[in-house]
Amino acid sequence: MMTRAPHVEGAPRSPLHLPALHESAWLHASGEAVYVDDLPTPPGTLVGYVVASPVARGRITRLEVAAARALPGVACVLTAADIPGINDISPFSHDEPLLAVDEVFCVGQSVAVIFADSAARCREAAKAVVLEIEALPAILTLDEAIARQSWIGQPHTMRRGDVAAAFAASPVQIEGEVRTGGQDHFYLESHCALAYPQEAGSYLVLSSTQHPSEVQAKCAEVLGIDRHRVTVETRRMGGGFGGKETQGAYFAAMAALGARATRKPCKIWLNRDQDMTQTGKRHPFMSRYRAGFAADGELRSFEVDIYADGGWSADLTTAILDRALFHLDNAYFIPNLRFTGRACRTHLVSNTAFRGFGGPQGMAVIEEAMNTAAERLGMDYAAIRARNYYGESPRDRTPYDQEVKAAHNRLRRITDQLLRDADYDARKADIDAFNAQSPLVKRGLGFQPVKFGISFTNSVLNQAGAFVLIYADGSVQLNHGGTEMGQGLNTKMLAICAHELGVRLDQIRHMPTATDKVPNTSATAASSGSDLNGMAVLAACQTLRERLAPVAAGLLKVEPGAALTFCDGQVFPEGEPARAVSFAQVATAAYLQQISLAATGFYRTPDIGYDHAAGRGKPFHYYAYGAALTEVEVNALTGEHRVTRVDILHDVGDSLVPTIDVGQVEGGYIQGLGWLTREELVWSPQGVLRTHSPDTYKIPAYGDAPRDFRVQLLQGAPQPDVVHGSKAVGEPPFMLALGVLAALRHAIGAWCPGQPVRLGVPATPEAVLRAVEDARARG
Amino acid sequence: MDELRFTLNGQPIAEAEAPPNTTLLNYLRQRRGLTGTKEGCAEGDCGACTVAVLDPDAAGGPAWRAVNSCLLLLPMLQGKQVVTVEALGSSGEPHPAQASMAKHLGSQCGYCTPGIVMSIFEACYRRDLDAPWKLDDQLCGNLCRCTGYRPIREAAEAVAGSCPVDRFQGEAAEATPVDMALAYARGGQRHMNPTTPEALWALLEAHPEARLVAGGTDLSLEITKQFKTLPLLISVEGVAGLRGVTAVEGGWRLGATTPLADIEAALGEAIPTLGRMLRFFGARQIKNRGTLGGNLCTASPIGDMPPALISLRAEAILGSRQGERRVPLEDFFVAYRKTALAPGEILSGVFVPELAGLNLRAAAYKVSKRQELDISTVSAGLAVELDDAGRVVDARLAFGGMAATPKRAASAEAALLGQPWTREAVEAAAQRLDADFAPLSDHRGSAWYRATVARNLLLGFYLETERTPRPHLPYRPTATVQIPTP
Ligand SMILES: Cc1cc2nc3c(=O)[nH]c(=O)nc-3n(C[C@H](O)[C@H](O)[C@H](O)COP(=O)(O)OP(=O)(O)OC[C@H]3O[C@@H](n4cnc5c(N)ncnc54)[C@H](O)[C@@H]3O)c2cc1C
Ligand code: FES
Ligand code: FES
Repeated sequence: MMTRAPHVEGAPRSPLHLPALHESAWLHASGEAVYVDDLPTPPGTLVGYVVASPVARGRITRLEVAAARALPGVACVLTAADIPGINDISPFSHDEPLLAVDEVFCVGQSVAVIFADSAARCREAAKAVVLEIEALPAILTLDEAIARQSWIGQPHTMRRGDVAAAFAASPVQIEGEVRTGGQDHFYLESHCALAYPQEAGSYLVLSSTQHPSEVQAKCAEVLGIDRHRVTVETRRMGGGFGGKETQGAYFAAMAALGARATRKPCKIWLNRDQDMTQTGKRHPFMSRYRAGFAADGELRSFEVDIYADGGWSADLTTAILDRALFHLDNAYFIPNLRFTGRACRTHLVSNTAFRGFGGPQGMAVIEEAMNTAAERLGMDYAAIRARNYYGESPRDRTPYDQEVKAAHNRLRRITDQLLRDADYDARKADIDAFNAQSPLVKRGLGFQPVKFGISFTNSVLNQAGAFVLIYADGSVQLNHGGTEMGQGLNTKMLAICAHELGVRLDQIRHMPTATDKVPNTSATAASSGSDLNGMAVLAACQTLRERLAPVAAGLLKVEPGAALTFCDGQVFPEGEPARAVSFAQVATAAYLQQISLAATGFYRTPDIGYDHAAGRGKPFHYYAYGAALTEVEVNALTGEHRVTRVDILHDVGDSLVPTIDVGQVEGGYIQGLGWLTREELVWSPQGVLRTHSPDTYKIPAYGDAPRDFRVQLLQGAPQPDVVHGSKAVGEPPFMLALGVLAALRHAIGAWCPGQPVRLGVPATPEAVLRAVEDARARG
Repeated sequence: MDELRFTLNGQPIAEAEAPPNTTLLNYLRQRRGLTGTKEGCAEGDCGACTVAVLDPDAAGGPAWRAVNSCLLLLPMLQGKQVVTVEALGSSGEPHPAQASMAKHLGSQCGYCTPGIVMSIFEACYRRDLDAPWKLDDQLCGNLCRCTGYRPIREAAEAVAGSCPVDRFQGEAAEATPVDMALAYARGGQRHMNPTTPEALWALLEAHPEARLVAGGTDLSLEITKQFKTLPLLISVEGVAGLRGVTAVEGGWRLGATTPLADIEAALGEAIPTLGRMLRFFGARQIKNRGTLGGNLCTASPIGDMPPALISLRAEAILGSRQGERRVPLEDFFVAYRKTALAPGEILSGVFVPELAGLNLRAAAYKVSKRQELDISTVSAGLAVELDDAGRVVDARLAFGGMAATPKRAASAEAALLGQPWTREAVEAAAQRLDADFAPLSDHRGSAWYRATVARNLLLGFYLETERTPRPHLPYRPTATVQIPTP
């Protein structure tokens, strides 16, 4: 791997590690950036509409579509009987029919799909579909599922030490229950897919998905054809956040079914209500815990039973539960522990991946224990956390026995720097003084460290491919298996490609992600997009450069094998930029010399694996670290509160593109803030989602971002064995927002000094008012 | 019958095919291939569909106004000019609003971006952005799920109020009054834009079954969310004499079709109760289109202007061919979503008396899950008048979200009358609110929360007005009620 040389003004320069705009910034701002629903479609393109179950659980007693089919403009109405292949859309558990057969398991489950020449005609046709369902008892809450032992998969357990004895011997014993709510992804672009029938029984599917390969596989299975007959392409998504990891396959497969049935292009686009009522969300969790602390705040024992609401099918729930268990420790060493996780099956939409993938729900439990212990002990919220950080051996082993390498654990450094730069001690003293004077308005300061494991915990998925093409004029097409959903992956891949090939950014065209360019890819998920694809791009480019080097040496009339610099569209003998030939000249010469100018690159993460039965192993390649300090103000009359300042110091290693990483940190934090303080999914007693549009489901708005928002990336912290010393950034910052709970508790605790605060999540104004009234009653 | 005539991105459009219920958003995307404008919700709550319409009659002079194209029906554009993100500039030659968003990394996935660009576009030409909250207000109608907003704020701050001298500024400067006159029927739907009261009365008489519409920010939802067909709409928007805020004997007359943004500009400072409520009302796009008349006539129990106006002793001015009659605003709301309007009658305006001379304490409150762009859980317009001895001689405590209509708290008011204006008296009166209201539980809040907040707001009102009788809001308040802090 190359190291960075100091830059000489005017000299050729690689874009790597430098600030850059988003690769599509100008297209976004001009409205020229194209999303699936924006593509011009040929005349005759049909639009699809999902007939969804209105009942949470029941037996289908009648499903008749003939009358709907006969309506003007309706091309077809497809039910399970019309599926030529396998009626299954689940990622691996085979418990999720694309179209319901005999039974329905949640409100919003797809029963039939209509294709017609307009959305209005589809709606008319939907009314003409005769669907009768005999309702059966449904499980609509996590508590009911636990009581009825309605499980998905097997329990997952991790153990260490003697947790009962350690708890019994702990001077501070805390028992509690933590509930965290679901969260809708609310990507601004709802789900959309467009399928074109092609010759010889083949299909081109344009899909807003994080996982083109799975969409391809699912379309092929549903159609009963080989995968090579389906090409899936994704240019960009208008947001994903995990919501388009598995969920996109539904609508793509339906569009493909329609294209097969009608031989016409078929598009499905969900309006916001459909998107929110038909697709999965973040898993609500419920946990019961017992924590034992020493008098100095040291965590001695931690016992947790954690339950995830998977909804009606498995989807990714077991992996999400695993990640929740892997993050029950967050950043803290726990000598004695037992964690058991169970996934529950309910009759609600099937919950799915969402930024953090169970990590936030796991961390929320230990953070609740930390907050409660701090309040009981009268300790500082930051101090009790730092007291428990991982450290030198033997305090460097996670509950699943992976080593947290002390040399790479940057949390102490981050903590010290953040608390110093953010003036923690002085501000806390000011706030305490303010609170002592102010009867109805209180302020709080919440510190939150985060350690987050990087890698797919299903180790097989940690692989990626790239395909780079150089044309004889020196222009380049870049393909890799990752998808762009706004996170800036393509911007980073362009920087790596430009750096490795030594071309200018404008010489590279970043191609849409397509399954006919790079096969068998993993989802762009688990924050791993740039780690995995970046290595693959790097490998492809290195292959090409090795092929070009002798050609360039010939043009430059230097020894083959002489050191050459490829940079900024030029190639020159090292240290002699004045002698440069252009990259285009080298490409042309290579073509004339009959040298292949296309190469693939491949990467798999080395040395990871996990023994599920034993609850031990090394699931993660490395850990990402960060910390945040959140300041809030709380009003005792209404429960309203506002985040007034946030300071974050986050470790992204040697950032590939720092401006992009800052954007991920800020956006992740605010999304976490939404989950913890605003976003509330309310279901009717019949299992109907009541908050199914932004009218009633409130994600953070403009004014929720604090005016004073200071984000720093940790400097001088390259990560070994990751592409160009960088680190993953997509998910970890989401959990920094957990600090808002400590901040709120600090504020509310001022009404009941020395006693724990009882605050529910999401901490809406109502939840905060309840906590305030409770604190004032006790205080 | 007429054609639809408007100017789209500088091109004159004569449209004779689109049914009148067609929204501008669908027209742009489906019939014009202008897909830069996005749909994120079709209910005015995300801003992805924002476009700009030139309003020659805007308070402060002709101006481009950001509006939600998802709620705008094509006939509402009759005679007007509209621009979409595509017309501002291109990736090669961007408008300053576009360039600023790109340069500040204001976009990640880019889906919200065109709408945000259009909100910043309006901001570019605004000359009245003299307080930081106004820029927040300008942008709070645009949701972004990716960025966390900081770069968007910086992009907006960099160009807001920069008043570029360009084609758009020129078009605004040359704007002439709009003739909205239209009678348009297609596909079994009709839309009428009368422009004179006489024409309006005649239409109302001829079509008693017609629905009235003004800004459409409420009514259009029936089309975009419930997929209803509205076969006959009569718009009051273009009727002469119904728009504007005018000083009249003893107060102000607020025309029914005055957009809320204009009311905010005209009276937000002078009448803090109105300024406060409008600060929390919807978002800029909604206030640019939504009218006062629409807000009152939709008669929602969680409408925000009724409590504020009731507390100010406002009167509804009902107009018909027979002339005008006035009713106290609290009597305008007769039952759940039912007003005192008789057949053939419209709301012409609202009279708001000048109360400045009195020893008056007055403020408005709105509590919702999110401070920006949210519907009230509880709202209140509270006013008390004291005599020289500090005794309450008049109390008007109007609440929204507490009953089937916007309603005054009769027992709490009675408890205050004649009492000294003290914390004890206020706390006693607050207890009486339980006799006045039995609020419901729903997804916005529980009955407990509503009842508790209503009581607490009264106490908060007392505390807040101790120092300033008619307080304004600071920038980015933590809560709707401002309790003095050390
Ligand atoms: C995203 C969003 C946010 C919103 N936020 C708020 C908010 O914060 N607070 C709030 O109170 N409301 C809010 N609203 C509701 C709505 O915008 C307001 O009530 C607005 O003032 C309605 O005005 P309009 O001109 O658009 O009404 P329209 O939709 O045109 O009409 C509404 C009703 O009033 C009738 N009507 C209109 N004008 C007259 C007249 N002159 N005489 C007789 N009848 C008439 C119509 O027939 C119709 O029934 C919001 C709406 C949206 C979509
Ligand atoms: S589409 Fe969301 S505001 Fe119009
Ligand atoms: S950039 Fe994705 S929603 Fe704003």
